[in-house]
Amino acid sequence: MTLELKDVSLRFGADTHIYPTSLTLDPGSFNILLGTTLAGKTTLMKLMAGLEKPTRGEVWFSGKNVTGVSVRSRNVSMVYQQFINYPNLTVYENIASPLRVARVSEAEIKKKVQSLAELLKLSPMLQRRPGELSGGQQQRTALARALIKDSDLVLLDEPLANLDFKLREELRDELPRLFADRDCIVVYATTEPTEALLFGGNTACLHQGRIAQFGPTGEIYRAPKDLVSAQVFSDPPINTVAVTKRGGEFRLADMATWAATGDFANIADGDYTLGVRPHHVSPLASGDNPVGVDGKVLVAELSGSESIIHFTMHGATWVSQSHGIHPFEVGSQAKLYADMSRAMLFDMDGRRVAA
Amino acid sequence: MNNKTINHAAWIFVLPVVALVAFNAIIPLMTVVNYSVQETFGDNTFFWAGVIWFEEVLHSTRFHDALLRQLTFTFTILAIEVPLGVAIALAMPRKGPWVSVCLVTMALPLLIPWNVVGAMWNIFALPDIGLLGRGLNVLGFDYNFTRQPGDAWFTLIVMDVWHWTSLVVLLAYAGLVSIPDAYYQAAKIDGAGSFAIFRFIQLPKLKRVLTIAVLLRFMDSFMIYTEPFVLTGGGPGNSTTLLSIDLVKIALGQFDLGPAAAMSLIYFLIILLLSWIFYTLMMRSEAQ
Repeated sequence: MTLELKDVSLRFGADTHIYPTSLTLDPGSFNILLGTTLAGKTTLMKLMAGLEKPTRGEVWFSGKNVTGVSVRSRNVSMVYQQFINYPNLTVYENIASPLRVARVSEAEIKKKVQSLAELLKLSPMLQRRPGELSGGQQQRTALARALIKDSDLVLLDEPLANLDFKLREELRDELPRLFADRDCIVVYATTEPTEALLFGGNTACLHQGRIAQFGPTGEIYRAPKDLVSAQVFSDPPINTVAVTKRGGEFRLADMATWAATGDFANIADGDYTLGVRPHHVSPLASGDNPVGVDGKVLVAELSGSESIIHFTMHGATWVSQSHGIHPFEVGSQAKLYADMSRAMLFDMDGRRVAA
Repeated sequence: MNNKTINHAAWIFVLPVVALVAFNAIIPLMTVVNYSVQETFGDNTFFWAGVIWFEEVLHSTRFHDALLRQLTFTFTILAIEVPLGVAIALAMPRKGPWVSVCLVTMALPLLIPWNVVGAMWNIFALPDIGLLGRGLNVLGFDYNFTRQPGDAWFTLIVMDVWHWTSLVVLLAYAGLVSIPDAYYQAAKIDGAGSFAIFRFIQLPKLKRVLTIAVLLRFMDSFMIYTEPFVLTGGGPGNSTTLLSIDLVKIALGQFDLGPAAAMSLIYFLIILLLSWIFYTLMMRSEAQ
């Protein structure tokens, strides 16, 4: 039950939506497609489902070539960002609909619907219509519809994006449990790096129709292969600036210099792009190798326990995300400290070097 | 505590609307009410008549017949135009260059003035020279809409279907286009066929626009005057004399202002009542 994309690409006329992509997803795995809007997440899912036929390349499932096989004859289910249910059927009938099409017996349908409704807390609403439910309940109904037919492939296309914060957290907690004892392949598209980190599993970083990197979620977050992966997997965006290494020392224009320590000590002299995650930039000198940089404050957002400061620094816009309340006046000059021991270094082609 | 701002100058801004509605609706309507309760003589002298005109109209066979013809006409064209309009909208392409071609073609009949439509179909259906009339006769049908009531009705209904189905098509098409793609994909994934998609996705989603379409077509067809007047003039005999045609005959042909005014008001109330019933029923089924 492995899903394999072999050099799959999709073009409409002169527009390339998906560049040749190869990906292998194992049974029972939870896979996250992480990328901004228009990165190609939905399109890639449609290719996996068979809703879209690839221009080139092949889709294999369980060792069989299923390229061009209609979605009707595949065992796939999908949940969308919008809450898609049959508007004039009751919740019960909505959940039962895939089984009705498959001509499953009434007793069997009843048993399955009831156990799923129990699991998704829909039991009291089975006789209502989707229009009478809250957003969260509507999406649960859609989820139940996707789960009831024991699909081999379950595609979740930003299913929590249209829910308010509290419902989103609730459903996010439940999701992994729903799939815990199934051996289907789950693919979950999201724009939020935090969501990917919470789910774990594997992540594919998608950027402009290409998969920048695919692997275990935590690994990709800690050790992105290149600048694109690091950028996709960072919210707020990762801070970057051009630096030069000469001798045992890094230089950021004429603003700051610091010693190349640890893994950085061994890399060749030359020009690099420095990447520092926002939570490693702070108004206070902290960490193993804090280096002060000067900037002009653009935005200062103080939430209850966190300060987010946007500032321009040597032509780039940087973000600092730190604990505690650090008031800054917009437009003022500020000194902030980047912990260079946690920084990442990319060569001129965007590939990550060392640490 | 009452902290509403009171500003009487605001009334001034409402005045234009009041004036417009008064000229548009209230004054003409009250004129009709005025006529309907009086006996009018040629030199503009009036005598109070009470409700006798209303009684006369409501008890006259002539009114009953016209009303029956009117209801037959309206429900026949609704029964044809609504399903046909939905079917055409379903068959129209959703994207690509053909969309604008189809939309413009569909909108064309709606742009033709009503009396032109009537005149066009009159000539088109003439049994001796018209393409339709002559054609039918050549094919062996004994067709003559100026002599045979059945043929007159047939022509009248085909003309209205030709003229107004487009309105239902455009409304239904707008409704169909607004259904997100994801619904169709979800149905495909479920393995639903095209009838199931129509029955469980498209039809429920079209309910609102179809309510509007039925209401508009109902009101318009109930008030229809120009086209049948130009096409058949209400004939042969009285066979296609719909309410509005009869009304004009009474008011302007016989100059019976009292009965005509009473009939106008009854006519108006029937439309209002039926529209209200339609709307309420449809909204109620929506709520369920």
